[in-house]
Amino acid sequence: MPKDGGIGASSKRREDVRFLTGTGNYTEDININGQAHVFFLRSDVAHGTITSIDTSTAADMPGVVQIFTGADFEAVGGVPCGWQVTDKHGDPMQEPRHPVLAHGKVRHVGEPIAAVVAETLAQARDAAEAIEVDIAELPAVVNMRDALKDGAPKVHDDLTGNLCYDWGFVEENKEAVDQAFRDAAHVTKLELINNRLVANPMEPRVAVGDYARGTGDHTLYTTSQNPHVIRLLMGAFVLGIPEHKLRVVAPDVGGGFGTKIFHYQEEAFVTFAAKACNRAVKWTSSRSEAFMSDAHGRDHVSTIELALDKDNNFTALRTDTYANMGAYLSTFAPSVPTWLHGTLMAGNYKTPLIYVNVKAVFTNTVPVDAYRGAGRPEATYQLERVVDKAARELGVDPIALRRQNFITEFPYATPVAVEYDTGDYVATMDKLEEIGDFGGFEARRAESAKNGKLRGLGVNCYIEACGIAPSNLVGQLGARAGLFESATVRVNATGGLVVMTGSHSHGQGHETSFAQVVAEMIGIDESMIEIVHGDTANTPMGMGTYGSRSIAVGGSAMVRATEKIINKAKKIASHLLEASESDIELKDGAFSVAGTDKSVAWGDVTLAAYVPHNYPLEDIEPGLEETAFYDPSNFTYPSGAYSCEVEVDPETGKVSIERFCAADDFGNIINPMIVTGQVHGGLAQGIGQALLENCVYDDNGQLLSASYMDYAMPRADDLPFYDVDHSCQTPCTHNPLGVKGCGEAGAIGSPPAVVNAVVDALQRGGKDVTHIDMPLTPSRVWAAMQ
Amino acid sequence: MYNFDVETPTSIADAVKALGREEAQPLGGGQTLIPTLKQRLASPSVLVSLTGIAEMKGVCMTDDGQLAIGGATPHAVVAREAARHYPGLADLASHIGDPAVRNRGTIGGSLANNDPSACYPAAALGSGATIITDKREIAADDYFQGMFATALDEGEIVTEVRFPVPEVSHYQKFVQPASRFALVGVFVARFGDGVRVAVTGASNDGVFRWTEAETALSSNFAADAVNGLALSGADMISDLHGSGDYRAHLVGVMTKRAVAAAR
Repeated sequence: MPKDGGIGASSKRREDVRFLTGTGNYTEDININGQAHVFFLRSDVAHGTITSIDTSTAADMPGVVQIFTGADFEAVGGVPCGWQVTDKHGDPMQEPRHPVLAHGKVRHVGEPIAAVVAETLAQARDAAEAIEVDIAELPAVVNMRDALKDGAPKVHDDLTGNLCYDWGFVEENKEAVDQAFRDAAHVTKLELINNRLVANPMEPRVAVGDYARGTGDHTLYTTSQNPHVIRLLMGAFVLGIPEHKLRVVAPDVGGGFGTKIFHYQEEAFVTFAAKACNRAVKWTSSRSEAFMSDAHGRDHVSTIELALDKDNNFTALRTDTYANMGAYLSTFAPSVPTWLHGTLMAGNYKTPLIYVNVKAVFTNTVPVDAYRGAGRPEATYQLERVVDKAARELGVDPIALRRQNFITEFPYATPVAVEYDTGDYVATMDKLEEIGDFGGFEARRAESAKNGKLRGLGVNCYIEACGIAPSNLVGQLGARAGLFESATVRVNATGGLVVMTGSHSHGQGHETSFAQVVAEMIGIDESMIEIVHGDTANTPMGMGTYGSRSIAVGGSAMVRATEKIINKAKKIASHLLEASESDIELKDGAFSVAGTDKSVAWGDVTLAAYVPHNYPLEDIEPGLEETAFYDPSNFTYPSGAYSCEVEVDPETGKVSIERFCAADDFGNIINPMIVTGQVHGGLAQGIGQALLENCVYDDNGQLLSASYMDYAMPRADDLPFYDVDHSCQTPCTHNPLGVKGCGEAGAIGSPPAVVNAVVDALQRGGKDVTHIDMPLTPSRVWAAMQ
Repeated sequence: MYNFDVETPTSIADAVKALGREEAQPLGGGQTLIPTLKQRLASPSVLVSLTGIAEMKGVCMTDDGQLAIGGATPHAVVAREAARHYPGLADLASHIGDPAVRNRGTIGGSLANNDPSACYPAAALGSGATIITDKREIAADDYFQGMFATALDEGEIVTEVRFPVPEVSHYQKFVQPASRFALVGVFVARFGDGVRVAVTGASNDGVFRWTEAETALSSNFAADAVNGLALSGADMISDLHGSGDYRAHLVGVMTKRAVAAAR
C-alpha cells in the first residue's frame, strides 16, 4: 500500500509550487538598492602574455564606477584548490596560482582579464569594449598527450611542465597486476574517450556582492550548491574575511549538476568590489559566458585492459588515463580522476587485482571538475565497455559474463581501497531482465529489421560511492575539508518545526523529502515542518550538496538532531504525565505512558518547552532546539543494472533509443516519486553524453561548441519513456536511514548501456565495429560503418 | 545589443523610404537578426520592421495558378494556409525551427538571409520560385549566390514569393543535432516538364540544384533512379557535425526519401 505521508510516501514536491508559478527567489531576483553591475572582459585567445591593458578611455565612459584588472588583486589570494593529490612517487601535485583576474598571462578562452563596474550592464559592456588589451599570443596546448611532450608550450611557466600529477593506484599492486596479465588466457583492450561536457544548468551562474560600511559585514548571494564551502574558501583563502563578517546566501538555485559546487573568481570579485566601490555589485552570466567559464566535466582519454582466465573469470584490470584539468585547478578537480574514479574500478566484479594510472594534465582550456557522477561515470564507462567487448571477443553472453564475475558476498573489500557494505547485483540484474523483457528482444529486432533498422540491446552494471564522505578517510586522501553534514531542528512553541540543514537543494526536492523523514519520526503531518537551507546566517556549518550525499549524510544529521529533540521532549512529557521517562512512548504525534491511556499531545509538550510554567527547570533547559553533526563511517554504494535498446538507421547512422530500463538499488527510499525523477534526470544527462553532447576545442584553444547552435543538449524527443525500478533494496548498514543516495546513478549507469547497444546493433547487422567514441552522433556511427 | 531606432512602416513605400536612412537594416521576424544584435555582432542605427505591412502578408493563389506568399508571412501561416495548395511547401514550413520561430520568422526574412542551412531556400530553388522585391522580379535560379549571399541590393525588400505548384513534392530534412537546422535538406518537386532537386545545408556554396539527380528523376521518378549518382564530399561543408563525405552521402539518402515520400 502506498503511504500518504512520511518515509516511503510519494509526497508531491512542495517546492514545485513556487518553481512552477514563477514565484521562486533566485539570485537573479535579488536586487539591492544602489547596486552596480559588472561585466567581465574575457580573453578571446587561449594562451598569451598580457603586454598592456589600457583602461583610460573606458574609465571615462558613461556610467562607469570603477575598472579592475589583475593588478588590483595582487594583495589578495588566488582561488584555492580543495584537494591535494599525491603522485605515485609520494610527491604533491603541481598546483598553480589561480588569480581572480588574469595577471601576466591568459591561459584559456574566457578567462577574465578586466572587470568593469558600471551603473548598468549595458554601460559596463560598452566600456569593456573600449579597454585596450594587448596580448602577445603564445602557442596553445589542447591535446593532453601533446601537452606532455618535451618542448610543449607550458600553461604555467613556474611549473616544471604540464603534468599536474602522475597517480598510481594501488602502486604496490602494479607488479602483481602485470604478472596476472602475463598469465592471462585472454586479454581485452580498449582505448576510449570520455567526452568533455558542459553542465548547462537551466539557471546560469549569478553573484551579488554587498557590503555594509557601518558594520563591515560582507554578504555574497550566489548560485551555489554549498554556501558554507564558498564562505570558507573565499573568506579564508582569497579575501581574508573572517566567517563572522561574511554571509553567503544561495537562495533558489536552478540546477547545479556539480558545476555550482566550486568557488569561482566572479564570486570573489563581486564580494571584493562591493567594498571597493561601496555599493552592491551584481554579475549575471550570459549563456555564452557559461560555456567558457563554468567548470566543464569529464574529458578523460583512457586505455583499459581486462585479463581473464580460461574459465572467463576476471583476473586483473589495468587502466591508463589522461585526465584534463584545464588551465587551472578548480575546487575539487584533482579528486575526480583519482579518488572518485580509481576507487570505483572494481565495479560490481570480484576482479582480484587492479591497477589504475592517471596522469592529470594542464591545457589551455576551461578548468574541468566534477559533473554529475564525477569520476564514477568515467570508471563505469571504461569498465562496462571493456567487459562488453570481452564478452563479444569470447563469444559469450555479456549478461552471463557479468553474472559469473559478480561480487556476491558482503561486506566486500575491493582491491582499490573501499569496502562495499551491501548490495545484491544478481537481484538487480534479475529485475532488469524482467522489466526489460529481454525474451521479447528477438521479435522486436525482427520488427525493426522489417523497417530497415538495426536493433541492438546493450546492458551494463554500475556501482557508485556516494554519501560523501568519511572525513578522516578523505583527509588521508588529500581533502582539505571535512565532509560531514549538519542540521539544527528548531521546534516552535505551537509544535511546528524548522529544520536548518547544511545540505542545499537545487532541484532535488529536499524540502519535501527531508520533511517526510522528520514527520515519520515524530508522527506529525509533513506540513508542520519547514526545511531551511542555503544561508550561512541561519544554518549550521555544512558542506552542501553533491556526490549524492544529502539524504545519506545531511539526512542522517537531521535524524540525529531529531532524535535529540524526541529525547528531550520525552523528558518534558514524562514530567507532564508524571511518569517515568523510560515508560514514555511517542506515536502518531502523541506521548503516552506505556500500558496506560495517559497521553499528552506533541503540541502540549512543545508549548511547555517555551512556556515552562509546569516544567522540570531544575533538570532540563527550556526550549526545544537541537543541532547534530553527522560524519559517515563509510561511503554508500548504490548499484544497479541498466539496459538500452536502440535502432540504428544504417543509411544515416542515426541512433534512436527505443527502450531504456533501469533497475537500481538505492537502499531504503524516502520518496519513490522523487527518486524516479532523479533517475530520469540522470538518464537524460547520461544519454545526452552518449549520443549528443560534446565540448570541442580546436587546435588553437578556441571553443567550437560555444553555444546551443553547436552543443547538443538532449531534448524530450531525443529520449524514450523509461522503465525505472528501485524495488531491489539492500539498506546501507551504517547510516540511520539505511539510504544510499540516487542523484547521480542515472548519469553514471546509462552511457555504457547506450554504446553497448549501438555496438550490438551494428554487429548484429554484420558491421565490423567494436567501438565508437561518444557522442554517437549520426556522422560518427555512419563513419564507423563504412 | 547596441542602441538603435526602430521604424514600423505600414506600406512598402514607407519601408523603402525608411531603409534609405544611414545604416538602416530591414527586420523581418527577427529570428536571426535579433540574436545577432544581442551578441553585439551587428550595429544597425535603425531597424525597419516589415511585419506591420499588410500588403506583404498572406497566402493566395494567383490567376495563373502560382502560390503567392507575402514576404512578411510567418512560417506558421504558410504551414496552415498553403497546405491545400502546395502540401510539400506547407510541410516544410511546419518543420522549420520550433513554434516560436514559426510564429515570428518570415519567408522573406529567411530568403533574404539565405542561411546555408535554412529550409526555405531549398523550397524556392526546388520550385523554381520567383522572388519579388520592391524593385523587380528575380528567378530563384539567379537569386541564391552562395552562403548568406543573394541577388538583393542594399535595402531591397523581398515583398512576395511566387511558387509554381508541382504535381508532387517533398522536403526531406536531416537535422543537425544541436541547432536542428538542416544538416542536409533536399527538396524534390516534379513538374510536368521535369523534376527539380534543391539541396540545403550541405554545400560550401549554399543551396544548390543537384542537376544529375534532376535528369535521372525526370526520366524515372523513383527513389532508385538516383542510385549510383554521387556528389563530391570535397565541395561540402565539413564541421563538428559531419564531414563533407557524410553530407554528400546524406544528399543521396535524403533525395531518395524525398522522392519516395513525394505527394
